[in-house]
Amino acid sequence: MILQMLVEAWRAMGANRLRTFLTMLGMVIGVGAVVMMLAIGQGAQYSVDQSISSMGSNLFIILSGSSTSGGLRMGSGATPTLTVADSQAIAELPEISAVAPAVPGVAQIVYGSNNWSTSVYGTTPAYLTVRNWTIAEGYPFTDSDVRSATRVALIGKTVAQNLFGEEDPVNKTIRIKQSPYLVVGVLGAKGQSLDGRDQDDTILIPVTTAQRKLFGTQFQGTVRFIMAQAASSDRMKVAERDMTDLLRQRHHIQEGAENDFSVRNLTALANTAAQATRVMSIMLGAIASISLLVGGIGIMNIMLVSVTERTREIGIRVAIGARQRDILTQFLMEAIFISISGCTIGVLIGVGGAFLVNRLAEIAVVITVASIVMAFLVAAGVGVFFGYYPARKAARLKPIEALRYQ
Amino acid sequence: MNSVIRIEKLFKEYETAAGAVPVLKGIDLSISSGEFVAVMGPSGSGKSTFMNILGCLDTPTAGSYILNERDVGTLNADQLAHLRNEVIGFVFQGFNLLPRANLEDNVALPLVYCNVQKAERSKRAHEMLEKVGLAGHASSLPSQISGGQQQRVAIARALVNRPKLILADEPTGNLDTGTSREIMEIFTKLNENEGITVVLVTHEPDIATYAKRLVKFLDGRLIYDGDVAEAHT
Ligand SMILES: Nc1ncnc2c1ncn2[C@@H]1O[C@H](COP(=O)(O)OP(=O)(O)OP(=O)(O)O)[C@@H](O)[C@H]1O
Ligand SMILES: [Mg+2]
Repeated sequence: MILQMLVEAWRAMGANRLRTFLTMLGMVIGVGAVVMMLAIGQGAQYSVDQSISSMGSNLFIILSGSSTSGGLRMGSGATPTLTVADSQAIAELPEISAVAPAVPGVAQIVYGSNNWSTSVYGTTPAYLTVRNWTIAEGYPFTDSDVRSATRVALIGKTVAQNLFGEEDPVNKTIRIKQSPYLVVGVLGAKGQSLDGRDQDDTILIPVTTAQRKLFGTQFQGTVRFIMAQAASSDRMKVAERDMTDLLRQRHHIQEGAENDFSVRNLTALANTAAQATRVMSIMLGAIASISLLVGGIGIMNIMLVSVTERTREIGIRVAIGARQRDILTQFLMEAIFISISGCTIGVLIGVGGAFLVNRLAEIAVVITVASIVMAFLVAAGVGVFFGYYPARKAARLKPIEALRYQ
Repeated sequence: MNSVIRIEKLFKEYETAAGAVPVLKGIDLSISSGEFVAVMGPSGSGKSTFMNILGCLDTPTAGSYILNERDVGTLNADQLAHLRNEVIGFVFQGFNLLPRANLEDNVALPLVYCNVQKAERSKRAHEMLEKVGLAGHASSLPSQISGGQQQRVAIARALVNRPKLILADEPTGNLDTGTSREIMEIFTKLNENEGITVVLVTHEPDIATYAKRLVKFLDGRLIYDGDVAEAHT
């Protein structure tokens, strides 16, 4: 019976190939769009989550300069007011688990005949803890390296690839601004940061080396920013207040005067970014769903035309004993047939399109079985839903009226 | 007497823009099992309307229709479908075959709606096609055969579910005299050899002579009910 129905459905659709194809096209585009948008949305979500976990958790960044930068006042980080000593004092706070000062700069790196321009951070070994950074090869530099300002360097994956290629960088000597530095280790890969920069394109050296030997500054002993990690997420509030109090006290800032530094909760900022991505992926999905809906309405349109066009046929079937549910099943079957076929092609195109986007635009895409199954079910549902009305209309026709129809 | 059809005070009105138009104005008629009845009357006298009600394709405005001891007026849609499927075989003037289905599928169609298996359907469809002299055409399409052959296919379809009653509304209306005769031979054989009750509408007195009993309609009423031979004398 069902088989017979399928054969009938197939025959009916074969009788009007162009129309069937066009109806299916609506479904194909709808499902393709949904699958692709979900893939891109989830891909974006995945990248953001990845960046957030690569950033490190419960993070603060403390920048030199006023927090209310505007007018004639210098922007954040402009006048160095923070010192390594500040960073050490913050480390003493009970709700802070790790602190690292940073002196960033850009420098030309040379190894053999290769050279590479990258960002160099002067910092302490605690930076690895704060940023949740692993060592892929070799060892990190030590606190005694920091004390004696030795010329040692930890290099990121990208730097290693560009300078060394296949060669093992550990214990090789590179030149940073003409001075020789010993590569003690290679950092583990981290990928992109939230703002899209390659986090592996970096070099870490002891903060003292950076201050004294690499980037000479007129403000002796200062650092550009300090990164601090709270012991747990529920202590972020207290940590922020205590660090502010501590730094105001250390910088001798009068009651009512502006801070000469600013404390920013990076984790909160990151969560905002994640939230934005989530909203974006939901919106992508919603927009794609509209095209699915339009596809469904296309099915309904065609089915209604089909019912009208085949009124006589329905009359004949009823006259020889078809029940209402036989007619209903027949037309529903056609609707489902169209939507399932359209859906299958749509999923293939959506997945293909997602891969293409991934290749050409280098955007992360994530295709989950769940998203495909969902698109499929929704499309089949849309087919049944929009096929039902015309099918019922056909089934309810009075036999004699259907037979008289010309 | 064992009556297949018993009709009492049957009325039918059509609702039109100009108001209700009475078409059948109180028909009383009883047809026994095994009869061969010809229905005649001028155009517009209500013959088709009457046949459609007999075939459970339309419903009367008033009156009762008892088919095989069951009051049709009390049946639901599924029960009516069942009657159309297994008890009645309807033959139309315009054949009413499915244009996209081949002859075998057309003939087998009623069996689809009473859950007969594919192999059995095919077997019975072939038997029926053979019976009406179209054994070799099972896979032709209706558009590939003549009108007379199409009407044979329609008869085969009406017969495939072994009905007790055949209703035919001007089955030869679109056919030439020779072909009409061949079709009428088929009905006669069905009536005489298998005892199937046949009710047949026609405009041609020649065709009516194949039947045994004749009823005449005029303006929605029965004006004659009796022997065919007597009517023409
Ligand atoms: N659906 C309808 N709506 C309104 N009036 C109708 C409808 N069907 C039939 N009629 C009217 O009912 C009357 C009887 O029609 P019917 O078709 O039963 O006649 P008939 O005897 O079969 O005629 P013919 O010999 O031409 O086939 C006609 O006057 C016709 O106009
Ligand atoms: Mg008529």
